[in-house]
Amino acid sequence: MAVTQPADLVETEEVSTQAQEGIGQKVLIAVPYVWLLVFFLAPFFIVFKMSLSDIAISIPPYTPTFDLSEGWDGLVALWNALDLENYVWLTEDDLYWKSYVSSLKVASISTLLALLIGYPIAYSMAKAPSEWRSTLVMLIILPFWTSFLIRVYAWVGILKKEGFLNYALMWLGVIDEPLTILNTNTAVYIGIVYSYLPFMVLPLYAVLEKMDGALLEAANDLGCSPIKTFWIITIPLSLPGIIAGCFLVFIPAVGEFVIPDLLGGSNTLMIGKTLWTEFFSNRDWPVASAVAVILLLLLIIPIVLFQKQQEKQMKEDG
Amino acid sequence: METIVKSNQQQVFAPWTDPQNKPLLRFENVTKKFGDFTAVDNLTLDIYEREFFALLGPSGCGKTTMMRMLAGFELPTTGRILLGDNDLKDTPPHKRPVNMMFQSYALFPHMSVEQNIAFGLKQDKRPKQEIKERVEEMLSLVQLEAFAKRKPHQLSGGQKQRVALARSLAKKPKLLLLDEPLGALDKKLREQTQFELMNIQEKLGMTFVIVTHDQEEAMTVASRIAVMDHGRIKQVATPAEIYEYPNSRYVADFLGDVNIVEGRVGVTTGETASLNWAEGQSHLAVSTKERPQSGDTAWIAVRPEKVRISKEMPEEADNCLQGEVWDIGYTGNISTYHVKLANGQMIKAQVANRQHLANRPITWEDSVYVYWEKGAGVLLQS
Repeated sequence: MAVTQPADLVETEEVSTQAQEGIGQKVLIAVPYVWLLVFFLAPFFIVFKMSLSDIAISIPPYTPTFDLSEGWDGLVALWNALDLENYVWLTEDDLYWKSYVSSLKVASISTLLALLIGYPIAYSMAKAPSEWRSTLVMLIILPFWTSFLIRVYAWVGILKKEGFLNYALMWLGVIDEPLTILNTNTAVYIGIVYSYLPFMVLPLYAVLEKMDGALLEAANDLGCSPIKTFWIITIPLSLPGIIAGCFLVFIPAVGEFVIPDLLGGSNTLMIGKTLWTEFFSNRDWPVASAVAVILLLLLIIPIVLFQKQQEKQMKEDG
Repeated sequence: METIVKSNQQQVFAPWTDPQNKPLLRFENVTKKFGDFTAVDNLTLDIYEREFFALLGPSGCGKTTMMRMLAGFELPTTGRILLGDNDLKDTPPHKRPVNMMFQSYALFPHMSVEQNIAFGLKQDKRPKQEIKERVEEMLSLVQLEAFAKRKPHQLSGGQKQRVALARSLAKKPKLLLLDEPLGALDKKLREQTQFELMNIQEKLGMTFVIVTHDQEEAMTVASRIAVMDHGRIKQVATPAEIYEYPNSRYVADFLGDVNIVEGRVGVTTGETASLNWAEGQSHLAVSTKERPQSGDTAWIAVRPEKVRISKEMPEEADNCLQGEVWDIGYTGNISTYHVKLANGQMIKAQVANRQHLANRPITWEDSVYVYWEKGAGVLLQS
C-alpha cells in the first residue's frame, strides 16, 4: 500500500492513529477519575455542605437548601447562612470526642488482637505442604460467601447468656454461671477480630509464603537459634504484610457500626454508632454530617501512611 | 580439564594415605531415608583437616543431603556423623562449628553487606571491636570494601556470591560447606572464582567440603573427590587418580570423555590382561594389577586424548584398530575424531590442533587406524 500512495498521505494516517491512541489512553485514565468525582467527591461535598448547615424541621431536615431558582442572590444567601457551628458543637459536647477516642481504641486493640491471632494462622498456612495451601486460602476466604450481617447475628446466638459458648463452657465444667459477654465491649472485640481476620491473614500469608526458607537455615547455620531467627529474620521480612494487614483491619474497624450495634452494649461508645444515632434518632443531619467529615479526616491520616508504605514497597521490589 | 599440582608445597598433601591420621569428619554407615526414598545409602567416608573435598554427582545422587546432614538441617536415619570425636546427632544447626555457603546465597535482604557478614559474629556475642575488625578483614579478602553499606539487591551475582562466602567464613568455622557455590555465575567468572576459592582455602587453612555436579569444577578445586550415585559413593580419590584410574564405568563416564569397549577377559600374563572384544579381531591388551577371572565380562576404558589416529598403520602399537572417520568434532584447541569400527563400535580419538585447520590430513570417511598403549587404558570389572 505504501508504494502506491503518496508518502505524505501515509504519514497523515500514522499521525491520526497516534492521536487516536492518545485520546484512547486519556479516556482510559479519565474513567476512574470521573467515577471518583461522581461517586465520592460529589457526595462528600454534599455532606460537607450539610455539616455547615443548621437543623430544621422540614424535608430535608436542614437549612439552607440549595435552590437555583433564586439565581446569584440565592447562592450568596446560601453562602452567608453556612457556618462552623456544628463543628464547634462537636468540641463542646464530650460525647463526640469520647466516641472518637473510644473508636480509635477499640480499632487499635482489635487490630493488635487480629495480628496476634492472624500471624500464627498465616505462618502455619505458609509452612503447610504446598498442595494444601490453596485449600487453606479458600477456607480463609470462605466466610465472605455468607452475608456479613448474618455472620454478626450468628455471634449473638453464640455469645448470649443461654448461647452456645456458655452452654459449651458449662458442659465442660469450666464455669458454673453463664458469662455475660453479649452487649459488652468484649463482644465487640470478638466481632471485629472475627470479621476482619481474613484481611489480616491474607497479606501476611502473601508475604510469608514468598519468603525463602534458605534465609532461616542460613540464620540457623550462623548460630542463631530458631526462636531468635523468627524475631530478627522472619518478622522484619514480613513487615510489609504486617503493615498492610494492620491498615486493612484498622481503617474499617474505626468506622464500624454494625458490630458495636448488634454485639455492643449501652456503654459501648463508637463513632459509627454515635453517627447513626445522630442521623436517625435525633434526625440532626448537620451534626451527623460534621461527625462524618471529622471521621473521614481522621482516617485519611492512616490511609495516606498506608499508601506511602505501599509505594515504598513497590520501589524496593522493583 | 585442569588438575592443579600444588608445587609450592614441600610435601605432597595427602593425609588420607597415613592410617595414623585422625579424620576431622567421619561418616559412619550413614543412611538417610525420606519416606520410601533412600537418599544416602549406608555411606562411610573420612574427610581430613585442611582438605578441599568435593562431593560430585548428578542431581538426586544424595550429595546435597550429605551436606545438609553436616549442617544439621537433616538427621541421619541410621549411622553417625563424627566431627573430631563428637557425634553431631544432638547438636542443633546453630550450635555446630560448621558454616555453609548456600546455593541461592541466602543473603538477608534487609541487612547491608556489612551486617550480613557480621551476623554470625553477633550471634556469638563477640566484642564490637572484634566484629568490626573481622568484618573489615573479610571485606578485604573478597575485595568488597567499597560495597560494605550496600543492600544485597544492589549487588551483581558475582558480588553476592562473594558476600555469601565472606559471611560463611567470618566465624572461622572448622568446616565450611559450599553448596554449588558457583552455579549461578557465568563460565569466565566461575573459573576465576574457583582459583580465588582455592587461594582462600589455602590461606586460611580451613577444611572445605564442596557439593557440585560440575566435574571440571571438582577437578580444579578439590584435593579429593567422591563420586556419588544413588546415595552411594562410587569412588574417593584425588582428581588425577579418579581421572586416570576410575574404578567403574560410571566413574569413568562421569568424569570427562571416555571410550568403553566391552569384552571377555582372556589370558593374563604378568601385569597385562587381554580382552577378547569382537569375533575375528585381535585381543586388546591392558595393564592391570588385578588378576581378573578368565572368561568374565570386563571393560576397557581409554580416554580419547590417549588414543592416537593415523592413516598409515603404526609400526608398533599394543592395541590397533581399523575404522572409518564418521564425524569430527572441532572445538578450536582440539579435534575429536569419531571413528567407526567394522562392528559398529565408535572410538573417539582427540588430537591437539597444532596446525591450522586447512592442513588437516584426516577427513571424513577416511580409512584410519586408531591405536593406544596398553598402559593408556584401564580394565574395569563393573
